[in-house]
Amino acid sequence: MIRFSKYIWLYMILSALVLVPGMYALIRWGVKPAIDFTGGTLIEVRTNNPPQGASVQKTSNDTYVVRLQDETATVAGEILRKETIGPVLGSELLKKTVTAALIAIMAILLYVAYAFKNIKFGVSAIIALIHDLLVVVGCFALFGHFFGAEVDTLFVTAFLTTMSFSVHDTIVVFDRIREMLKRGDKLPFDALCDKAMTETIGRSTANSFTIIFMLLALTLLGGETIRWFVIALLIGTISGTYSSPFVATPVLILWDRWEKRKK
Amino acid sequence: MFKNPRRVFAIIVFLTVLVALVDIPTGYHLKFQVGPIKVDRVFSPTINLHFLGLNIQKDFTTKLGLDLSGGTNLVFDANMKDIATADRGSAIESARQVIERRVNFFGVSEPIVQTAVSNDQYRIIVEMPGVSDVNQAIALVGATAQLEFREFINPNASLSATTTYADLLTMTKSVGITGKDLKRSTVTFDSTSGAPQVGLEFSAEGGKKFADVTRRLVGKPLAIFLDNVPVTIPVVKQEISDNQAVINGQFTQDEAKNLSLQLNAGALPVPVTVVQKSTIGATLGASSVTKSVRAGIVGLTIVALFMIAEYGWLGLMADAALIVYGLLTYALFRAIPITLTLPGIAGFILSIGMAVDSNILIFERFKEEKRAGRPWRIAMELGFGKAWDSIRDANFTTLITCGILYNPGNWDFLPSSGMVRGFAVTLFIGVLASLFTGIVVTRTFIRVLYKEKEKVS
Repeated sequence: MIRFSKYIWLYMILSALVLVPGMYALIRWGVKPAIDFTGGTLIEVRTNNPPQGASVQKTSNDTYVVRLQDETATVAGEILRKETIGPVLGSELLKKTVTAALIAIMAILLYVAYAFKNIKFGVSAIIALIHDLLVVVGCFALFGHFFGAEVDTLFVTAFLTTMSFSVHDTIVVFDRIREMLKRGDKLPFDALCDKAMTETIGRSTANSFTIIFMLLALTLLGGETIRWFVIALLIGTISGTYSSPFVATPVLILWDRWEKRKK
Repeated sequence: MFKNPRRVFAIIVFLTVLVALVDIPTGYHLKFQVGPIKVDRVFSPTINLHFLGLNIQKDFTTKLGLDLSGGTNLVFDANMKDIATADRGSAIESARQVIERRVNFFGVSEPIVQTAVSNDQYRIIVEMPGVSDVNQAIALVGATAQLEFREFINPNASLSATTTYADLLTMTKSVGITGKDLKRSTVTFDSTSGAPQVGLEFSAEGGKKFADVTRRLVGKPLAIFLDNVPVTIPVVKQEISDNQAVINGQFTQDEAKNLSLQLNAGALPVPVTVVQKSTIGATLGASSVTKSVRAGIVGLTIVALFMIAEYGWLGLMADAALIVYGLLTYALFRAIPITLTLPGIAGFILSIGMAVDSNILIFERFKEEKRAGRPWRIAMELGFGKAWDSIRDANFTTLITCGILYNPGNWDFLPSSGMVRGFAVTLFIGVLASLFTGIVVTRTFIRVLYKEKEKVS
């Protein structure tokens, strides 16, 4: 058995290493909203003379993405894709997404609390979930600033998937703790969690590998259109797997210690 | 009958062959020779059954979204400012029908025209695969419906099957009554025969014009045109001076309702404005498909190899179940049918990862039970039993999220964007199918095909 619970400080530092720069970038620069949210026009062209301007972005050999506020403007070359979105739709979408996320979080909290007959498990799962969401958003604030990654409808989808994936993974670890509690294991809670983590760590890594293989293949070989979407999913998956033993379970352990100290 | 694993195995094999038939690409050329039997035919997955007097016919083709097939997507906002609240629902529906008719007239194959109503927003979403000229499309779709009454220049002109709409237009001239003169149109029923009719109610000024025209044209045809296409050509029976008129033809109730809706569209032109338009070139769509498929195959191969490396023969069983999973899910996409979009493919690929997860959970349990000293056959059954709790709970939360993303109730406060929906629906189906293959299929494969040496202790 590996004494995972002895190194809670280490997990905190690890999470902070990702979260602090991400949050800094989020507050300092924010994320870069795509036209889905701001409204405007996006044109993707294939041409030999690159269009000029600040909003031109090269995507592959001879294709460029141009962002415009004026939809009547024309760009020379073969038009591969052109999208125009009114500003009303954007703010509407943002509002709806936030609502969807909140409802999903509530539903998951209730389900986990019900399935584990204990609100502690629900809250810990949600804390891990919020950790993962912050990681994804923070990374995109950084990517947005340094690589021009945009937050669009697809990102929103990835964001919501991260939620479900994070909980999916946490439940596997919690299920083991629940099983041991049911069996009436006499171990102290710390040791019980350590045992559960030791038993599930093989599955967690094996599983993350398979999903990471799929997503890496998509990132490297999939089309330009979904690249950032897949990267968002990839970060969400890695964080989701990491957070189950290293965020959700420590929260559970700390909560338990705090309760015992109070008594 | 499900107690016997061999029988379940046979059922699974049968099912797999069945879904594999559904998955065959449309127009696949099948050519082979077994001994004296030669097969050489173009095959398309189709069901054509005559069963107990029922005709079941279904073609299985993969529906691709605009982002993959290329085409134009337009979202119109209808301005309902001048329309009474009670009439808004029927106004948006007539506008949709008018737009659909125009799009069909334009020659677009398989267009989708649908309404999206939420709070005070009345929208019409138009998807036109293969259309790349967005401005022409808007000009075609966005104009408000035009209703017009026309009389024949030569009242005795004879109509034949070869008379085209364009011919009719040149054979007639306007009588000066348009949609502006119509107050509204309703479906009524003939007081004696009970046959459905279309009732017209004119405005005061329109009624006066109509009375003049009908007096002049008693016994002669008066054609009703909508967007320069004749809707019906009734013969005037008598002068109509009470602002009311009925068109009685051989209508079914649905036809009468449709006509009334169309006339209302002409009478209640809802001004529409474009709020979103996007065009995806066919080349970009096609290259997205190729790239995603290639990425999927590469990813799947790595996963399959990983499973074999990690779990040996068990991994191979899981891979076989994974193939069943892939065939089954794709067949479901075709049968339902689900329109595949790029996010949809991503959802599918993600669900493959989750399908493998079920097997990993089970195998890890199996290893544990074996370490605890149980014989492999019992350890395997225990592994399946114990892993089920976590598989169920974990997948259930994913299903909840899919439900919220898909927004089946079309609730205003949740997103209802096509892309997000495409993702949610494929992930949902994928997770359901993975529960089936991960538990039933893998288990049966192992029960029937897998053998491990009993350790002699």
